[in-house]
Amino acid sequence: MYNGGKIIAGLIIFFGLVTFPFYSNFGKTANKVTPKLDTPVINQLEKKECVKPKEYMRTEHMKVLDEWRDEVVREGKRDKMIVGGIEIEKSLQNGCLKCHSNVKTFCDVCHTSSGVKPYCWDCHFIKEEGLL
Amino acid sequence: MSIDRRKFLKLAGLAGVGLGLSTSDLLFKGDAVASSSHSKAMAKERLAMVIDMRKFRTEEDYKRVIDACHSIHNVPTLIAEKNNPKNEVKWIWKDSYEHTFPDQSDDFHPEALKEKSFLLLCNHCDNPPCVRVCPTKATFKREDGLVIQDPHRCIGCRFCMAGCPYGSRSFNWVDPRLYLEKTDPAYPTRTMGVVEKCTFCVERLAKGLGPACAEQSNGGMVFGNLSDPNSEVRKLLASNYAIRRKPSLGTLPSVFYIIGGDENAG
Amino acid sequence: MLDKALTGSKRYWTLVFILLSLIGAGTLAYLYQFKNGLGVTGMSRDVSWGFYISQFTFLVGVAASAVMLVIPYYLHNYKKFGKIVILGEFLAVGAVTMCLLFIVVDMGQPMRMLNVILHPTPNSILFWDATVLNGYLFLNIVIGWATLHAEKKGLPPAGWVKPLIYLSIPWAVSIHTVTAFLYAGLPGRHFWLTAIMAARFLASAFAAGPALLIILALIVRKYSKFDAGNEAIQSIGKIVAYAMTANVFFIILELFTAFYSQIPGHMHAFQYLFVGLEGHSKLVPLMWTSAILAVVALVMLIPPSIRNKESNLVVACVAVFISLWIDKGFGLVIGGFVPNPFDGVTEYWPTLPETLITLGVWATGFLVLTILYKVAISVREELGTAGAEK
Ligand code: HEC
Ligand code: HEC
Ligand code: HEC
Repeated sequence: MYNGGKIIAGLIIFFGLVTFPFYSNFGKTANKVTPKLDTPVINQLEKKECVKPKEYMRTEHMKVLDEWRDEVVREGKRDKMIVGGIEIEKSLQNGCLKCHSNVKTFCDVCHTSSGVKPYCWDCHFIKEEGLL
Repeated sequence: MSIDRRKFLKLAGLAGVGLGLSTSDLLFKGDAVASSSHSKAMAKERLAMVIDMRKFRTEEDYKRVIDACHSIHNVPTLIAEKNNPKNEVKWIWKDSYEHTFPDQSDDFHPEALKEKSFLLLCNHCDNPPCVRVCPTKATFKREDGLVIQDPHRCIGCRFCMAGCPYGSRSFNWVDPRLYLEKTDPAYPTRTMGVVEKCTFCVERLAKGLGPACAEQSNGGMVFGNLSDPNSEVRKLLASNYAIRRKPSLGTLPSVFYIIGGDENAG
Repeated sequence: MLDKALTGSKRYWTLVFILLSLIGAGTLAYLYQFKNGLGVTGMSRDVSWGFYISQFTFLVGVAASAVMLVIPYYLHNYKKFGKIVILGEFLAVGAVTMCLLFIVVDMGQPMRMLNVILHPTPNSILFWDATVLNGYLFLNIVIGWATLHAEKKGLPPAGWVKPLIYLSIPWAVSIHTVTAFLYAGLPGRHFWLTAIMAARFLASAFAAGPALLIILALIVRKYSKFDAGNEAIQSIGKIVAYAMTANVFFIILELFTAFYSQIPGHMHAFQYLFVGLEGHSKLVPLMWTSAILAVVALVMLIPPSIRNKESNLVVACVAVFISLWIDKGFGLVIGGFVPNPFDGVTEYWPTLPETLITLGVWATGFLVLTILYKVAISVREELGTAGAEK
């Protein structure tokens, strides 16, 4: 194998370049952005709390969403829950967004700054989008 | 992450295949995990629909039922008209007797029957081929008998559509959001590239409501638990002759049709 | 050894360039499909699989057919296949590559492909198909490469290669059997619900694959010093003759069951394909072409006196290949969806983007094949073992 080494090196570099988008975000945490919490519903809450502690939510909210969707869609566990004194559904659009009705100034500001683009909105509605 | 029971069973099941144990169980049962129920002993709950075709008389009777479903589930009903009929998406619709029961149709049926439309929807089979063929468990059968499609997991291979002998499944060939007649903000749409179908209104059942079509049917569609001898569906089936679509295939549909005699002339 | 693919004649580069442009066109068409959805194809609610899956099915057969060279050479020590067996293995690599690509372009959510591994589902035949296909690809790459590498060094293949070769034999049968099971286990699709589906698949595969191989071997001989040897080619011709006969026999069995039993569901698909159903007859001309080519092929293949003449053999092989490509790469899948579950007929015809994507995938497979063949040929030309054995 005369040039074998070179070819393999070339292939590795090519592979590295092709997969760049996948790992380029790796390890980046959200920059200092302030998601807005003053929505009508949140302002009226008895207790200003999320479904889990704020620190946990900040980094692990996608886990909560994943759990919810498996519980709801796959296991049929749709029990409502009380958060901050109001009853909410285990639901993205009827749960999270009931309080965080400001997707653009809440979810999106973080996601834009950390370069994630959840595909959930392909199906789940955002009321702000004027789709209604 | 701790291994929960389901995951453990899954892994154990895979190990079983490796060892050549219990393969037949895994291969031939619909859901590798959940459904030990089918046909042997009746499950505690098996939700079913009885459609009393005698109660469907006017165009309006059908339209009300179909619209009730399609509008609350954001079914893109404008595709046939504005895009291409081949790309149609539908959860419940009507068709002739011949098309609904192709192997039970007869030249000598009453004229009225031949002209009558029937309502078609997912049969939520007790032995569902779509569940058997799905490579990702995106389609699965719940303990209560509902056959559900998880759009989050669907890879769009359409094996379930080939597997379904009832043509109950629709694939999103085009972006469904462009073809919504009305939108209901409480329910998600779907996106291109996933399969969908009737869910027996699983989200309404959780709220203690019945399926939306049944609610709008003026008693023409009755929903209930087939395993409960005192349920309304069982009473209807005990006192009327009802048929199912393509019974010889062994899929055990959970949708029953009371055809009636001459009185269904409409 | 891959460096051998980087030097070549003008003709070689022209071929590579043509294939690359086809791949480019296919990629553009795929981006269009990705953006606008599978609605840009001819597939529909009723005919929910089309060209992609039928090409996939056909090519699984081509891939499996390498075993028809492996068995005589490695199990029966038939030395005449020594040269050509590598062409068979590399053809399998190219074919499986196409198969996997066809599955991907057919998926509605290709980004979620890994779900098949993340949520393994042993009751789904598709899960097994993906598993065996990937395994087969791996086996053939490793075997082909290792034997060629050893040959280049003038050594016999390493000891660990033999068990892999033996493993590849049942594995080849498995890929096509499992692919047949995709179809043969579906209730309500009468055309596919037949116990001899897997046998039919294997028979047609062992005819179409070797037929293609003969054509390829003759092309290779024309344009390089590599000669697989007349005797090898004639032996493969015999394989094609037997397999094609078996295939036609199996189809006659299907026809008998359908038409003697007179069960409408069993007759409908055949009627649709060969005479049209309810006034729909788009596939009729194609299917008759396939049937006539099959007869022509058999007439030319069965009598040794005709088959032994190489020019006849080529014609017969082209006939076999086209006939089976139509039968399996078109009729089998589309026919299974007609009539639809409501006893109606929806017809199918591929659209332009769909055709371009299909061509692009074929071109990718042939590019892989071209590169691998180039390597194999160059190695042998350097060793001076490319010519026919005396
Ligand atoms: C009952 C109303 C309510 C619901 C429902 C709710 N949240 Fe919250 N969320 C809040 C409030 C209030 C805070 C701020 C908590 C605090 O300051 O301690 C918050 C904080 C957060 C934060 C952290 C924001 C920051 O500033 O770092 C995230 C992320 C978040 N929520 C996401 C979600 C998601 C995802 C869901 C659905 C799974 C959800 N929330 C459901 C009310 C809600
Ligand atoms: C405090 C900032 C912040 C807020 C507020 C926030 N997110 Fe996130 N979200 C992130 C970050 C950062 C990630 C990427 C995490 C990673 O990749 O590990 C993420 C990832 C996600 C993901 C997973 C996407 C993927 O591709 O893996 C989902 C789903 C998601 N967010 C939903 C939401 C929703 C819905 C809201 C609003 C209700 C929300 N997030 C609000 C910061 C935020
Ligand atoms: C293909 C369309 C689609 C996409 C994409 C999608 N969902 Fe869903 N989602 C649905 C549908 C349909 C339901 C079922 C609603 C029901 O049964 O009530 C659902 C239900 C859910 C539920 C539980 C009930 C509810 O109303 O919210 C959660 C939580 C959820 N999805 C989260 C997500 C998250 C997080 C994402 C993105 C990572 C996502 N979904 C992407 C279609 C989608």
